[in-house]
Amino acid sequence: MKTYLAGNYDVAVIGAGHAGIEAALSAARLSCKTAVFTINNDAVGNCPCNPSIGGTAKGHLVREIDALGGEMGKTADECLLQMRMLNKGKGPAVHSLRAQIDRRRYSETMKNKLELQENLDLRQAEITDIERTDDGQWLLTTRMLAQFKCKTVIIATGTYLGGRIYVGEVSFESGPDGIFPASFLGESLRKLGVKTRRFKTGTPARVLRSSVDFSELEVQKGDEPVIPFSFDTTKKLENKVDCHISYTNERTKKIILDNIDRSPLYGGKIEGVGPRYCPSLEDKIVRFSEKERHQLFIEPCGENTQELYLQGMSSSLPEEVQLAFYHTIKGLENCLVMRPAYAIEYDCIDPTALKQTLEFADFEGLYGAGQFNGSSGYEEAAAQGLIAGINAALKVKGKEPFILDRASSYIGTLIDDLVTKGANEPYRMMTSRSEYRLILRQDNADERLTPFGYELGLISEERYKRFTDKQEKIKQELQRVQSTVISPSKELSDILVSRETSDVTTGIHLVDLIKRPELSYDVLAPIDKDRPSLDKAIFEQVEITVKYEGYIKKQLSAVETMRKLETKLLPEDIDYKDVTGLRLEAGEKLAKIRPRSIGQASRISGVSPADISVLLIYLAKVGGKHDE
Amino acid sequence: MENSTIAAISTAQGNAGISVIRVSGDKAVEICNKIFVPYGKKYLSDLAGYSCAYGKIVSNGEKIDECVATVFLAPHSYTGENVVELSCHGGLVVTKQVLRVVIDNGARLADAGEFTKRAFLNGKLDLTQAEAVMDIISAKSNNALKAANKAKEGVLSKKISGIREELLIQAGHLSAWADYPEEDIPEIDNKVLSEKLTNIKADLQTLIGNYDSGQAIKSGIDTVIVGKPNVGKSTLMNLISGYEKSIVTDIAGTTRDVVEETVTVGNVILNLSDTAGIHEADNEVEKIGVDKAKSKLYNAMLILAVFDMGEAFSNEDKEILENIGDTPFVAIINKSDLEPKLDTEKIRKYTDNIVFMSAKNDEGTEELTKLIEKIYNTTDFDYSSGVLFNERQLSLAKSALQSVEEAISALKNNITLDAVTVTIEDAISYLLELTGERATEKVVDKVFHNFCVGK
Repeated sequence: MKTYLAGNYDVAVIGAGHAGIEAALSAARLSCKTAVFTINNDAVGNCPCNPSIGGTAKGHLVREIDALGGEMGKTADECLLQMRMLNKGKGPAVHSLRAQIDRRRYSETMKNKLELQENLDLRQAEITDIERTDDGQWLLTTRMLAQFKCKTVIIATGTYLGGRIYVGEVSFESGPDGIFPASFLGESLRKLGVKTRRFKTGTPARVLRSSVDFSELEVQKGDEPVIPFSFDTTKKLENKVDCHISYTNERTKKIILDNIDRSPLYGGKIEGVGPRYCPSLEDKIVRFSEKERHQLFIEPCGENTQELYLQGMSSSLPEEVQLAFYHTIKGLENCLVMRPAYAIEYDCIDPTALKQTLEFADFEGLYGAGQFNGSSGYEEAAAQGLIAGINAALKVKGKEPFILDRASSYIGTLIDDLVTKGANEPYRMMTSRSEYRLILRQDNADERLTPFGYELGLISEERYKRFTDKQEKIKQELQRVQSTVISPSKELSDILVSRETSDVTTGIHLVDLIKRPELSYDVLAPIDKDRPSLDKAIFEQVEITVKYEGYIKKQLSAVETMRKLETKLLPEDIDYKDVTGLRLEAGEKLAKIRPRSIGQASRISGVSPADISVLLIYLAKVGGKHDE
Repeated sequence: MENSTIAAISTAQGNAGISVIRVSGDKAVEICNKIFVPYGKKYLSDLAGYSCAYGKIVSNGEKIDECVATVFLAPHSYTGENVVELSCHGGLVVTKQVLRVVIDNGARLADAGEFTKRAFLNGKLDLTQAEAVMDIISAKSNNALKAANKAKEGVLSKKISGIREELLIQAGHLSAWADYPEEDIPEIDNKVLSEKLTNIKADLQTLIGNYDSGQAIKSGIDTVIVGKPNVGKSTLMNLISGYEKSIVTDIAGTTRDVVEETVTVGNVILNLSDTAGIHEADNEVEKIGVDKAKSKLYNAMLILAVFDMGEAFSNEDKEILENIGDTPFVAIINKSDLEPKLDTEKIRKYTDNIVFMSAKNDEGTEELTKLIEKIYNTTDFDYSSGVLFNERQLSLAKSALQSVEEAISALKNNITLDAVTVTIEDAISYLLELTGERATEKVVDKVFHNFCVGK
């Protein structure tokens, strides 16, 4: 069949999900001529898994994306149905925002942002073939036989690549939500030499609101006032909906166990590896058989729909079995299932084939982002999309790559984990994955990353000015509490006694009062007469800085140690066979992963401290480059 | 990338009945095959692992020795590589000749400890086991050997894994509770967590407390014998070490230097220094000896202070007792055969560890031995409780203990649990470093193993 040349691009993004959107926007904003291809323009930024954005550690990612100039946080704020701050009372490191969003509106808003973005073309087209041109560029072919010549390509195919849906004994090729899959690109990539494998994920059923009996269900409301994701959102946001909680019971369990052999997962039909943390209900019941009940959340999908989402109930059992067990659950006894739950299996890569820029080590100019890289979750995808987009653009402009290290952000931790350790199951971000979590908080994402976003050109002058003003105010307020002395008084004593902390008889620095775990900024307001009127976020920064000073210092010194190894770069052309004294296993791992630095090498499993010593000696001999 | 094949004589050198030459590396079998001619049909290259052949070692067609060759195939060997052990009959000269032939055929002489290093690198031993092997090789006494063997069996690793496992359970629970707020993960009870951490703290303290006993058994306790001139320090030293080393005369000030000797007293190894008598020296040479004695005194781990039963308690005696400070010490009342002029109550004010001896007549050594064993708690020392064997291990165990203590105090002070979690993870990573492993992934695994989580 006859193809035709339809255009040239600096950056082409395959897929317009959460990864593709951020990749396309950032590349276009860095003034690269950019195209984003999607199988269906109405599926841009679709949320097929759940109608929510954020959650533990994922909320951190959204804030970091926002701090760098990404779009996810802003759009989630614009489409907000309900916002909660998770983990209140467990300490600032693990506070995370989680939003229920209107998923249709989210999708439309994102689509419109792509349409309006300068330098960016949104194109409905399935990419069926990718090949290298003689001049080192990439040639993409669409199903309609159009060809595009591109300097760089970012693959962000999500669950579409070789997608196959399973519901009990029924299975068919499909993308999510009944959209058709990308059936040809996988083969083309394999022909190119990209190794793929199968992962699996799933989604719960949607039920009709009017068929659910809420009368005896626990209600879950949003937090007031709403704290937005974006450091840029100034508009006051409202909670618009409630969620509800119910539980499975012994009858639910019995139905599932009686039919377990009809699950494609247990029947052996699915070869893809599923995530441990997002298990289907049948997984939970089999693996934790001693547990009597499992929690589920009933969440609205949007303002203009009656569909409700059953969070925590993903399943690949036959539709008939699903209906039977939903009806055992309180509130759902008579529910009408509008869409059944399904499992979906798709092609992805082993992310150790990528560099820390998310570019393939073996294919210059080809990048991967999102589920294609073996991760899971909208937020993880968006974070990678942003970094891949930025790096593709920098490559086109011939500039140095942009790499965030583990101590800078959850984004850096996520990417370092993926490209260094690989993923044996879809990778989800968790706070416990960050060794520096006391300094990588969601509340200081702007402080950590906005200077980078500004330097790159993704943060406007006006926003940057607001940011530096805020930092200045934090500094001044910190100085004020350090120099202010509070004299003993009845008012102070009353506060101290009522909070069950020791009384003072002489003057005390305000900072030493704030430091006490029993006291807080709010509690001390009456005796802090000269307190300026400032934004709550500024007090929050000062309070955390003061209260966690010892811990923060300790983590910062660990970061310093880590960064010493991180700046010892390994030559890109190093042949590990030439490094004498390296063990065979370590040599093979290093050759496969091709770490950028000694620091990254030390995190590869199978590379021992002894191997690192060998590498350091080798570097000293060849005169290793230092990254300043 | 090729791993060189190494060889060394791996039995003690001397005229033993059998000496073993160990060859390890990719080419171990190939190299030995070239020099070993079997009496039976099978060449070494035909043998399966764990089997042996009888034959002769030849060089340039000449027989050097008869030997039994045992073949171990990777990874089932001590080093995890291919290994051949040649058990020769000859004495030192012949053994060295065989080693020479092995090296001429492509092996290189192993560095000290290299077999063990390879075993560690190939995952056959963890770091504490590898360190223990080094200790077995250099063991100075039977007990040192016993303790080192226990460590090699992995008693220390097991002990540390046990403590680490406890910490991981807590860290796993804390992480699950923080990362999955919407699953019904059991709440963290500060009191329960604090109790668990207190138990872990006690375990670490026992381990650290055992270090001195371990040192006493393994490397020896730096011990100084002090006393005013001519109380019989040198006689005591000679008595303990079994032969005359110090010059013994009746003239005060004969010993002008610090005489060092490693001796075994019951279970305990003492690195013994006899010092010049502490008194105001009047000649220059003696003054140097006295200064040296004083500096040794402050560095010692154990002090044996000697007093003369036949003389009244003097200012010099008093000065010695006051200079000792916190260092554990034993007061030895020597010359107990003489008419008692010493007021021993004055010494008893400083210590209850008093032994009456007559070094000259070899009386009282048994009491001294028992007392020293008691001080280092080695009499009933339980080798199975795990012993930290070197400063590296001790310092990491101490860092882990410090982190656990910080976590406990953070809980007590109502610091939020995110900070407590990070502190517990610090302790885990110190212990992983102790055994040569690493962290965080383990916590993540724990989360999924013990809790049903995930939306």
